[in-house]
Amino acid sequence: MGLYFKYLLILFKSQMEYRTSFWLLTIGQFLIPFSMFAGLYFLFERFGQIKGWTFYEVALCFAIIHMAFALSECFARGFDSFSSLVASGSFDRVLVRPRSTIVQVMGSKFEFTRIGRLLQSLIVLIWALNNLSIEWSSMKVVTIILMIISGVFIFTGIFILAATMCFWTIQGLEVVNIFTDGGREMAQYPLNIYQKWVTKFFTFVIPFGCVNYLPLMYILDKTEGKAYLYMLSPVLGIIFIIPCLLVWKIGVRHYRSTGS
Amino acid sequence: MMIVFFFQSKNVRRRKKLITVDGLSKSFKVAKRSSGLRQAVKGLFYREHSIVEALNDISFSIEPGEIVGYIGPNGAGKSTTIKIMSGILVPDRGTCNIMGYTPWKERASFVKHIGVVFGQRSQLWWDVPVIDSFELLRDIYKIPQNEYQDNLDLLIETLDLQSLIHSPVRQLSLGQRMRCEIAASLLHSPKILFLDEPTIGLDAVSKIAVREFIKRINKEKGVTVILTTHDMNDIEALADRVILIGKGRLLFDGNLNELRKDFGTHKTITVDYREDHNPFEILGTTMISWSPERAILSLDTEQVKISDVISSLSSKVDLLDVTIEAQPIEEIIVGLYKEFQI
Amino acid sequence: MKPYVSVLKLRLLNGMQYRSAALAGVATQFFWGFMYIMIFEAFYSETVHSQPLSLKEIITYLWLQQSFLAFIMLWFRDNELFDLITTGNIAYELCRPCEIYGFWYSKLLAQRLSSAILRCFPILLVAYLLPQPYKMTLPPSVLTFVLFLFALIFGLLLLVSISMFIYISVFLTMSPIGSLLLFGVIGEFFSGLTIPIPLMPAWLQTVAYFLPFRWTADFPFRVYSGNIPQNEALIGIVIQIIWLVLLVWLGRIAFNKALRKVVVQGG
Repeated sequence: MGLYFKYLLILFKSQMEYRTSFWLLTIGQFLIPFSMFAGLYFLFERFGQIKGWTFYEVALCFAIIHMAFALSECFARGFDSFSSLVASGSFDRVLVRPRSTIVQVMGSKFEFTRIGRLLQSLIVLIWALNNLSIEWSSMKVVTIILMIISGVFIFTGIFILAATMCFWTIQGLEVVNIFTDGGREMAQYPLNIYQKWVTKFFTFVIPFGCVNYLPLMYILDKTEGKAYLYMLSPVLGIIFIIPCLLVWKIGVRHYRSTGS
Repeated sequence: MMIVFFFQSKNVRRRKKLITVDGLSKSFKVAKRSSGLRQAVKGLFYREHSIVEALNDISFSIEPGEIVGYIGPNGAGKSTTIKIMSGILVPDRGTCNIMGYTPWKERASFVKHIGVVFGQRSQLWWDVPVIDSFELLRDIYKIPQNEYQDNLDLLIETLDLQSLIHSPVRQLSLGQRMRCEIAASLLHSPKILFLDEPTIGLDAVSKIAVREFIKRINKEKGVTVILTTHDMNDIEALADRVILIGKGRLLFDGNLNELRKDFGTHKTITVDYREDHNPFEILGTTMISWSPERAILSLDTEQVKISDVISSLSSKVDLLDVTIEAQPIEEIIVGLYKEFQI
Repeated sequence: MKPYVSVLKLRLLNGMQYRSAALAGVATQFFWGFMYIMIFEAFYSETVHSQPLSLKEIITYLWLQQSFLAFIMLWFRDNELFDLITTGNIAYELCRPCEIYGFWYSKLLAQRLSSAILRCFPILLVAYLLPQPYKMTLPPSVLTFVLFLFALIFGLLLLVSISMFIYISVFLTMSPIGSLLLFGVIGEFFSGLTIPIPLMPAWLQTVAYFLPFRWTADFPFRVYSGNIPQNEALIGIVIQIIWLVLLVWLGRIAFNKALRKVVVQGG
């Protein structure tokens, strides 16, 4: 893992060569979720609540999912832009180096400018927690951290799946945005506001529900039944990445038997 | 006992082959692209494929310390062979044994021992000083610090990199970049170096520098070099041995001189003579150009002797100067391609 | 005029080739459309007061947004033009016998047209055929529809003139994505894409009405559904034209100024 940090260092140096770009992009990355949050704020100003959830509850949901997304965009950027790696033939270079393909692809890009988004969602998180009356316990703190980590794993898993598609086709990747950007937008709100089949899909197929709805209920003390089950649900999100990694390995095998 | 001794010494005398390639075959499915709206709609539902045989039963072996030129026209299968030998691609059939490894099976442990330079693609990080890339490579390949330092010092000295290593790669010229690329591929003391079009796009001075360097590390460090190139001057300067591949098949494997002898039978004769306005013809030769003072003829030494041509010439014109040139290697190769229909 | 028209045609035909990308894009847009509809449904389901936009009008608003996304979103990447600026190769463009502003304007216009034409018909068609409540409604009268078309076209022309300013800013920042992001975020918010303008609090609405962005999306879509009555629509179209003339005029001045600077520096 020391190698991964060395990759980060060299990428950081690279990006620092373009300072204006870096700052503009970081500010932009702050403003994007900020404007979305502003939209959310004004909608609540007008409507007061959404299917029983108050503004600060939804803000908490918003903050967690955006933090998870920002972090995963930072780490998994190499997978997100994998199509250019394959198209330029640079993946061959990855195969000629004595390290795992996953570490190398992750080390190929790190999007530092997403710090802007991270900062914005952190501010929202603190603001929301301040305004919610939650009975705190160490378990609840653990749950929040687990939720964020789980979200990172889910988004990273989706990025890996999207990158694996590049082994078969360069086209049609725009559809994956439905799950990354779309998933993020959906999970900003507690999932039960949507129609039932949507909630089911985003709980069982791509487990956003484990990051969003179930543990949220636990934190806000809205649970019935065994509380610890709700608390541990983020773990299911973390497990999501395992099938994604397996699919990646299949993709690499395909690339190596068919060329590009 | 004497018999045992006899067998032993024979084996000891025969050097162990570094690379053995046997019966390597690889085909690709290429999607057929057709134009027109109808075909495009059809294409949405199912794709027609044609099968391209990139490699067909390729076999050769290479001993340690050789420099081998791997040539052939575009699409012949050169890069496919290199990709298989460096562990990137998995072949359909055949075996490959490099230093006891099967490249595609033990990829991570095998690639430690090889260096690869892809002529048109860089392995260095673009915006940071070259030395930073070198240091990251040291960590990727887990090179012990003293070995890294020794190699680095040697490479900087022999490739004249001192003024370059603190500049970001994007600020370097192509020749400077290529020197850094080659250095980067040798930091981990590989035993084999694969060079894919290393001199493409370089100016004359850089080309010579690169060639000199390759000869030197081959001699001094015993690095086995496998070189694919379209520049025949590279081959002439470096390769003792030439392997020609065309349409996936191995067509020639041998010495460069053998190649010349077998296929380079044409010679060009340039004659300067006292002004003579009568054009002439010599049996067995082709007139390439003629003027009242100079004529250039091409002849096939398998069909007519040079001495006969010169005697015929001296009987037709008043000779002032005669120059005989061997066929340039480029022409030999083109002729070869024609003969093998590739 | 002639070179501008031929650039337009060329780029349009070029853009129409990207059919498979368009198909994927259409799928994405349906997703977004449905998602936003569900969110608004949830908001509207328990509201007591009447809102400046009814749920039906919002649904129509959302489908129009998705169909004509190319006409309204500022975030539209044309790497070719960005590269010309950042590499300094724009000096070559100066050798052409027509004014660069008009040239680029036609190019950008064509790109958006081709992208929209490929996508709007499938989306609109399906949106009309959807069951309630997701269905998109027809405009209340033919006259409204005609007014809508005019508003839409002028909105598009206005949007392209705004987007020219993005390119002008890149001369300053040398960061295409940076400029694009900032303009994109602000522009999209104030054209009602993040939250429909009538649903904003009063003070914010005043700000939005002051800026040119709303005339590209918010105005034409509300004309369509009749939310903006016909006489107001006519006045609105006149205001669109005034903004258009103003921004093109300012744009050309700023653009030529920036160009001169590049030439002086040597690119």
